[in-house]
Amino acid sequence: MRFPLASPAAVLVFCLLGGCSGVQSALNPQGPQAAHLARLFWIFTGVCTAVWLAVMLVLLVGLVRRTPARTDPLRLDARSERRSLMVVAGAVVGTLLTVVALTALSYLSQRQLFARERPAVTIKVTGQQWWWDVRYESDAPDKIVTTANEIYVPVGAPVSVKLAATDVIHSFWVPSLFGKQDLIPGQDNEIQFTASRPGVYRGQCAEFCGWQHAHMGLLVVALPANEFQAWLAAQAAPAAEPDDAERKRGAELFAAKACIMCHTIRGTSAGSRVGPDLTHFGSRKTIASATLPMSRGNIAAWIVDPQGIKPGVNMPNVSIASNELDPLVSYLAGLR
Amino acid sequence: MTRAVVIVIALAAVAAGCEREDRPLRSEPVLNDNRDAIALATNAPGPGAPVEYKSGARAQYEKTAFHVSQGKKLFTWYNCSGCHANGGGGSGPALMDDVWIYGSAIENIAASIREGRPNGMPAFRGKVPEDQIWQIAAYVRALGGFVASDVASSRHDQLYAHEGESRLPSPPAASSQPGLAQPK
Repeated sequence: MRFPLASPAAVLVFCLLGGCSGVQSALNPQGPQAAHLARLFWIFTGVCTAVWLAVMLVLLVGLVRRTPARTDPLRLDARSERRSLMVVAGAVVGTLLTVVALTALSYLSQRQLFARERPAVTIKVTGQQWWWDVRYESDAPDKIVTTANEIYVPVGAPVSVKLAATDVIHSFWVPSLFGKQDLIPGQDNEIQFTASRPGVYRGQCAEFCGWQHAHMGLLVVALPANEFQAWLAAQAAPAAEPDDAERKRGAELFAAKACIMCHTIRGTSAGSRVGPDLTHFGSRKTIASATLPMSRGNIAAWIVDPQGIKPGVNMPNVSIASNELDPLVSYLAGLR
Repeated sequence: MTRAVVIVIALAAVAAGCEREDRPLRSEPVLNDNRDAIALATNAPGPGAPVEYKSGARAQYEKTAFHVSQGKKLFTWYNCSGCHANGGGGSGPALMDDVWIYGSAIENIAASIREGRPNGMPAFRGKVPEDQIWQIAAYVRALGGFVASDVASSRHDQLYAHEGESRLPSPPAASSQPGLAQPK
């Protein structure tokens, strides 16, 4: 027998399986929270598959061993009545046991997921259309670090993330590390996670939040503790002074153009909190909320035509002369 | 037959409503940034009504709810409230009364934003893109009550005397004697 749909189905399955690995996959857990969720996923999938197969088996048996129509439908057969009762009772008890067992598993996993430890790092993440404001909290004001769209964490230490939103509801989700948690205007949520292995994990807004929802990504970078501390100290420093003529010209342009109306570069006169903090922009791996990889060409493209890359984004198209673009790009790329 | 006509008319009415939310994202400003970038108001000697310029070319900004609400957002983001306090005025003049020192036409307001005015109003030429200046001007017109009510944006949540309904605590359980519930 041939199945004409078999090969498209196989292609589809392989496409779906392709999503199971890589930097953004709930089935490739890199921390205890994601491991709990992945285990729960496989148990639920296994149990539900077994239930479905059992139902299909019973259905097949019923179809194959069909009893012939009785001559008198009103005449009851005590033996087959009792057998039906046994089958139905067994199915009800089995269903109840399955539901109770899965509920208990789910509850126990939730308790583990929402267990709170003393965090090694506390980060406040504010969701905005369509980027993530990231602030490392500290008791010392000069140790507070603001960055955007990239979260660095130490490996093996619990990290607490406070979630807020200023415009609409977003959802914070890094599938390899933890489950979704919403960012809701006017409500403070919190999530804790631990990264077990060093690496770069991609996250994504998981609550439809408008036009560029799909381009609201972020990266979580897990580093060994000493490298993380070095990164944090570097981020806490003000922006590097431009050292050559072109970058100096770029800094002047930044202050004279529309850039300064929305962005902060600590250590300069730019201090607006509307857009992402650009103090160490050049050290990031991506721009525009994990939409484009960091490169001179992409920075230039983003400055010249943000509305072409992310239509509807809050960064407007600004008129910039061609001889102004290079100094601006050099200045921004040099903010390491 | 009659039903078909009614359906067509209803669909046309619905389609006509789409225009209000038209969102031009890459509008002309980048190419034509300097078309209106000249000071529009002249100095007139002595007291007198300000000269109003009505080219009409930018009237579309105050006829689109999208532009007005963008203007409202930018009004907050660019800290216009720092001096004008949500339109009520502070160190800058009030924007929701009927006194318009430099004219109330959208062209005059845009010129005030772009070129600045004596005694405090800074010039935002080159700092705020041209289309955003027109959006803010449209919002200022809305503050002054010049804009149609279906276009004007609603008041900020934080300007209400109490918090938004979704943030209020749940009301107490219904009293056993309706009508005699004691206020807290």
